[in-house]
Amino acid sequence: MLRLVVRRLLQLIPTLLGLSVLLFIWLNRLPGGPASAILGERATEADVARINRALGLDQPIYVQYGRFLKRLLDLDLGTSVQTGQPVWDEFVLRFPATVELSVAAMLIATVVGIPLGYLAARKRGGWIDVASVSGSLVGICIPVFFLAQLLKGAFGEIFGTFGRQSTGIDATSVTGFAVLDGLLTGELDAAWDALMHLVLPGIALATIPLAVIVRMTRASVLEVLGEDYIRTAESKGLERRIVRGRHVLRNALLPVVTAVGLLTGSLLSGAVLTESVFTFGGIGSFIRTAIDARDYPVLVGFIMFIAMIYVLINMVVDLAYSVIDPRVRVH
Amino acid sequence: MSLITTTSKIDRLAQLTAKTETASGASLWREAMRRMRASKMAIIGAVIIAGFVLLAIIGPWIAPYGPTEQTWRGEVFSNRGEFVGARAENWFGLDHLGRDLFSRMLVGARQTLLVGVVSMLIGLLIGALVGIVSGAAATLGGKAGRRVDDAIMRVTDILLALPSLLLAVSVAAVMGQSLTTVMIAVGVVQIPVFARLLRGSMLAQGGSDYVLAARSLGIRKRRIVLTQILPNSLSPVIVQATLSLATAIIEAAALSYLGLGNPDPAVPEWGVMLSQAQRFFDNEPMMSMYPAVGIVITALGFTLLGEAMREALDPKLRG
Amino acid sequence: MPLLTVDELTVTFGGRGRKDVRAVNGVSFSVDQGQVVGLVGESGCGKSVTSLALMGLLPAKGVTLGGRAELDGTDLLKISPSKMRDLRGRDMAMIFQDPLSSLNPVVPIGVQVTEILQRHRGLKGEAARKEAAHLLDRVGIPDPDRRLKEYPHQLSGGMRQRALIAMAVACAPRLLIADEPTTALDVTIQAQILELLKELVDQEGTALLMITHDLGVVAGLCDQVNVLYAGKVVESAGRRELFAHPTHPYTHGLLGSIPRLDAPRGEPLHPIRGSINDQIAWADGCAFAPRCDRYEMECLTGTPELTEPRAAGHRARCANPVLATTEVPA
Repeated sequence: MLRLVVRRLLQLIPTLLGLSVLLFIWLNRLPGGPASAILGERATEADVARINRALGLDQPIYVQYGRFLKRLLDLDLGTSVQTGQPVWDEFVLRFPATVELSVAAMLIATVVGIPLGYLAARKRGGWIDVASVSGSLVGICIPVFFLAQLLKGAFGEIFGTFGRQSTGIDATSVTGFAVLDGLLTGELDAAWDALMHLVLPGIALATIPLAVIVRMTRASVLEVLGEDYIRTAESKGLERRIVRGRHVLRNALLPVVTAVGLLTGSLLSGAVLTESVFTFGGIGSFIRTAIDARDYPVLVGFIMFIAMIYVLINMVVDLAYSVIDPRVRVH
Repeated sequence: MSLITTTSKIDRLAQLTAKTETASGASLWREAMRRMRASKMAIIGAVIIAGFVLLAIIGPWIAPYGPTEQTWRGEVFSNRGEFVGARAENWFGLDHLGRDLFSRMLVGARQTLLVGVVSMLIGLLIGALVGIVSGAAATLGGKAGRRVDDAIMRVTDILLALPSLLLAVSVAAVMGQSLTTVMIAVGVVQIPVFARLLRGSMLAQGGSDYVLAARSLGIRKRRIVLTQILPNSLSPVIVQATLSLATAIIEAAALSYLGLGNPDPAVPEWGVMLSQAQRFFDNEPMMSMYPAVGIVITALGFTLLGEAMREALDPKLRG
Repeated sequence: MPLLTVDELTVTFGGRGRKDVRAVNGVSFSVDQGQVVGLVGESGCGKSVTSLALMGLLPAKGVTLGGRAELDGTDLLKISPSKMRDLRGRDMAMIFQDPLSSLNPVVPIGVQVTEILQRHRGLKGEAARKEAAHLLDRVGIPDPDRRLKEYPHQLSGGMRQRALIAMAVACAPRLLIADEPTTALDVTIQAQILELLKELVDQEGTALLMITHDLGVVAGLCDQVNVLYAGKVVESAGRRELFAHPTHPYTHGLLGSIPRLDAPRGEPLHPIRGSINDQIAWADGCAFAPRCDRYEMECLTGTPELTEPRAAGHRARCANPVLATTEVPA
């Protein structure tokens, strides 16, 4: 197990290195080059020259890349043009809110999606099946930001229109996770308030993963239902409960686990849109304003950050897989 | 027994015997087409797409007003931001600048289709090229081949690791704000998807028995890759191309929402219209509704057709 | 009275928009207590569907069953699904063709054996585990305690089939149905598995319905043989009688298409022309006629009846049967 973790961590290195090269090329291709990227568009010639010297842009390209890489390794992602604070600090400050939102979305997607997909497969062709399949097809066709806006317009009054920052009822910060903080400090009204503010953005963000999970579970269950070992289980006269749980679900959920992992990675991207509609105080909103402000250090840092998380999630999924699927465990 | 019934009995026997010999020869595509025609999903999808394409062709001609004519500008401004809803001269009402929404929807259909098709083609052509190189290198084998394949797949892995929207934003940041930017940005996101898909499909085909059979007949590997493996690997790519038309239109809308869309008011596009209308959502939700419904229905059309194709081509479901 | 009586069993697949296909078209046979009965035919003749119908394992939707199938006086086609569930695994059990795909890949062998003991014999915990180990030992799996903890992919093909047999005999059923139990195995393993089945059946007095396309298996194992073609029994006889005097041209052809060691070298084999065709309905004549060397005009009118053209208890469904003992299978 430990060896597997170490090996996967080592495999991360080339991926992240490759990404850093792409990012470096990208930075150099930006209109005006990195100097104006850092200074913004109103930079004077003198400023640009000064920054170029400071950044060592007069040096050969590989030296520049070396410096860029070293800064990345030091988690020195530069300074945000918008706030003047180190990019890393900004992320750490905002990350909990986004994690909270993503967890809420993933919970909604799995808790609703897996049973729905299972029922749809079991009653193939029935109304649940038709409704959930067409629902999920429509779900992936709605632009997320529009759905978020729609939810906000329709239910905003009930759940509160704005993100958790502006609610007024805030728990004392312990972990940075609003709901958790409220529970830990016993400020239940604050926890409840934070939870309510998660509902609408959570639903909006959950739509696409929900649609994918429903369809995936359905397809997977259908496939497993046709397997020989289900026939064997039935031929033994086992109780329905055991056939369904031990034999159908345990096999059918294997590919769903992978999908859930990969979807969690893509949630961060959806969060940019959802958070900006709800002015939710997470990384997503921050990135939205960074795009408007051409805040390149923030964007570079975010891309690196997200790629890292994505790859880490992939690793966790692989490890989880080796725990639940005995066929993988051996190798 | 009469002569006629006797001969017809013999004829029937001949037919039955002939059927026994050739019953299993139906080609994959003909079979897929037959299943598509029987699929409700495929028919609904095809009808939606046909309607959309027709709209894209004739839309600008039948639009009652020009897309940029601010004919009712004065009315909108004197209303102090109150919006004008649907009425006899303006079926969908007016937008915030006093332009006819119905006309803009009609003209916008063509742009929307253009964005979808062009960005899909960018992703498809470049992605397929990369996929062919990688797949051929891996199938032809050898140390060099595997190394080429490995290197290419590493890069696509990295690109796939980036959330698609962010990748598109990065491309847009380099290129500035324009319609071309949107199409390229959305297309670039699709490149690794197509490359992976075609490569995977080629590898799967490369391991199949008919390739082994062709090789045992002494046909050169390179020839097998081009004449056997590649044509047989294309069906998932065609499915993905259909599906990605839907995602392209949605992603383009998202890019517009993030302020990276086409700023040119003369060429209305549904994604741009939707993101502009979002600002006025609380006052006039209908202004968002028209382009949103247009996008959803169009995307649904492509998704339905793509999914139906996937099902029709899936050998597991073929009965 | 026989243990299992199947009378005019029909199975029709159909449903929304699809043309009905009758896979089993009036099959009748019986199995006595402790008897080994073969159901023989090429793929597509309806033999597997017959066994699944008896076990109640065909999907409820899109399948229509007809006729009668009585196990000890209980009509298997009429009883409720939950009664059927009680019967399956306890009174009748089944062994399938592909042991790898027939075992759940993510559940240890031990659990897959104990679950049936728990269901039908109420054994739990350590008692169930002990009995499972005993069962594995009985079907010839060495080191059963270790094997119980392993997963199907860690076992060899022969061992997997042995594990499946252990599950099937776990509750000492009166009827065991084996659907091509050796087809997916190596030749050397095949003989071992057949030997094991024979042994278990002899010891317990279990009746065995052996479904196979392999006449070698039939010759080595079965007391009574039923030959199926296009969903109907075309010939039924005791083993010796059938091999000595194949009467239906189809059976005749099947035996003629087996290579024989005692034949002179260079002697050609005699395959049956063409392949089975489910388009042909028995109603319009003999379904085998298109492939038959002996067919005459009368073969194409009406369904031939099952008669005893040769000897009592040896039935064949043919208007122009092979009767001369001297005739070489051709």
